[in-house]
Amino acid sequence: MSSNTLPTTTSEQEPGGAASGFEGDRTADSVGGVVRAYLDRVRGGDLGALPAVLGIVVLGILFTILRPDTFLTPLNLTNLLVQAVPITVLAMGLVFVLLLGEIDLSAGVVSGVCAAVLAQVLAETSVPWWVAVLAAIATGVLIGVFTGGLVGIVGIPSFVVTLALFLGWQGVTLKLIGQGGTVPVRDPVINGISNKTLPLALGWALAVLVVLLYAALQLNRWRRQRARDLAHQPLIIVVARIALIAVVVLGVTAVLSIDRALSAVVDLAGVPYAIPIVLVLLLVLTFLLGRTGYGRHVYAVGGNAEAARRAGIDVTRIRVSVFVIGSTMAAISGIMAASRLGSVTPGSGAGNTLLYAVGAAVIGGTSLFGGRGRVRDAVLGGLVVAIIANGLGLLGVEAYLNFLITGGVLLLAASVDALARRRAAATGH
Amino acid sequence: MSVPPASPHDGSPADVPTLELRGVNKSFGVIQVLHDVAMKVYSGKVTALVGDNGAGKSTLIKSIAGIHGTDSGEFLFEGRPVQLGGPRVAAGLGIEVVYQDLALADNLDVVQNMFLGRERKNGIVLDEASMEQAAKETLTRLSVRTLKSVRQLVASLSGGQRQTVAIAKAVLWESKLVILDEPTAALGVAQTRQVLDLVRRLADNGHAVIFISHNMVDVFEVADRICALYLGRVAADVPISEVDRSQVIELITAGRSGNLGIAPAVADAGV
Repeated sequence: MSSNTLPTTTSEQEPGGAASGFEGDRTADSVGGVVRAYLDRVRGGDLGALPAVLGIVVLGILFTILRPDTFLTPLNLTNLLVQAVPITVLAMGLVFVLLLGEIDLSAGVVSGVCAAVLAQVLAETSVPWWVAVLAAIATGVLIGVFTGGLVGIVGIPSFVVTLALFLGWQGVTLKLIGQGGTVPVRDPVINGISNKTLPLALGWALAVLVVLLYAALQLNRWRRQRARDLAHQPLIIVVARIALIAVVVLGVTAVLSIDRALSAVVDLAGVPYAIPIVLVLLLVLTFLLGRTGYGRHVYAVGGNAEAARRAGIDVTRIRVSVFVIGSTMAAISGIMAASRLGSVTPGSGAGNTLLYAVGAAVIGGTSLFGGRGRVRDAVLGGLVVAIIANGLGLLGVEAYLNFLITGGVLLLAASVDALARRRAAATGH
Repeated sequence: MSVPPASPHDGSPADVPTLELRGVNKSFGVIQVLHDVAMKVYSGKVTALVGDNGAGKSTLIKSIAGIHGTDSGEFLFEGRPVQLGGPRVAAGLGIEVVYQDLALADNLDVVQNMFLGRERKNGIVLDEASMEQAAKETLTRLSVRTLKSVRQLVASLSGGQRQTVAIAKAVLWESKLVILDEPTAALGVAQTRQVLDLVRRLADNGHAVIFISHNMVDVFEVADRICALYLGRVAADVPISEVDRSQVIELITAGRSGNLGIAPAVADAGV
């Protein structure tokens, strides 16, 4: 498609040339066509999931070589996945904000505020765990409405609004938790999200179900598209994608099902509850973004707000809504973090939390300039960030180096994004 | 809403203009931009709207599109008086405008752009299949043969292809009147050819078309009627066969040409 520059187009318009039209919808119907189209896209600056997948592979090999005894163990891999959960969930919400070309610098500390609400409700009252969870999520929704209102309705740049709130919400967390304090989270259900596992059989059943469901959806879509003569990919590509998903899902389940207990007397095996929760969030948000009118309008506002406005889309409503989704996901991320750490401190969600999440979204392929990104980017990028954090922890590098490396990785991802965008503009993509 | 006796041949659709303006006036503050504008636009015909910069073309089409209100004057749509109170009202009547800056989202594909804001749904799920088919049908009806795929991102299209998509988007909605704001302004020779052919086909398919252009070659190639604006007044609204190129240029630059155009006193007062 990148060859579609002016001369080609001109020659296509000569009388007698390309009489049928839409021939691309059919030529893409071969494996070669799909591969060529993909290579063209990559050359044209749309790298998609490539950097994240490369990052996972390269970093995985690097840390395996540097720490052969500890990195690739089932225990560490499980830790790594659970570490990735709060980052990934936060990044999923940020994908929506970034799609509009906006930024939410306060997302990390919002997760802290919501976690503090959760911890205090659990500590001060005797309500069941789900009431505390709802309170935390409601806090996230309200914060999102507030932020979104300031950006979308008042019209303050999101950078400034969320920078101010970044400070403000830290004050709120401090007030809720108390100076130097720590509120423990001892609720068994909340703690269990990150620290308990599904029974082995249930874990396997769920993994198989996910693969079958994915396969059924993909094959059904392919069948319908072909039956109605719509643009569709060749069957072999669809099957290859299903096979890839099957290998990854079943492989991860297999690793998580190995007994990873350090002592021989206890059994520790199975999929932590946090993993299927992330999977559900991934499915729901992917559906929202890819298959509903709302999602389409989010992309449209991110791509060309003026075009969206003229098409009758309520741009303000979309703008407010992405901040609500961002803060709601931040609340869930805060709950996940509190579950993993078993406590909430005034520093929860501060520090490099936001940097990690923005890094995850951008490394995964979401553009900082708006208009391009998917929810799965947060998962892939979240894994890369978690591998870096986990690996550097295993290497025991000094704190200053940790900051430098993590900051450098985000900068690298943002540079790739900016260069890809320039390349896209140059090649007409 | 009775049908006014607009023409002696009432009832025969060819004689009732799709859109007729009578005595339309519009001021921005103390500056009067449109003076007693009267024009007729017929279905199946391309009406070229010409005039120098500042003659009031943009204000006029924005009034028709319902974006600006007018101070006085009548709009008759298919013979019936209408109030173009807003863009939604205009769109509801079947008036679609393709603006010069096209208003396409680069990050969406052709189908997604054509249905933007008016997506078809099954419940809450987008009905991609039906939208893709409808988009293809519309493009085929307009004999658009230059798109490789309707699932191509608009970012990867050439200027002419973008114009094509924007026009097809306007036509998708059973529009009766399509207003094209300088559709060939930024295009090369081959792409201009392609868009002019498309403009012709729009009219041949029964749409009424208002075609705004500064290019007299394009105007004489594609238009059936010409409406020349001079300082907010209609200098001429005539079949194109009644004028030649130099007359049109005189109408645009001086407001009159021979026995056509606005009265000299008015024209001079305006200068």
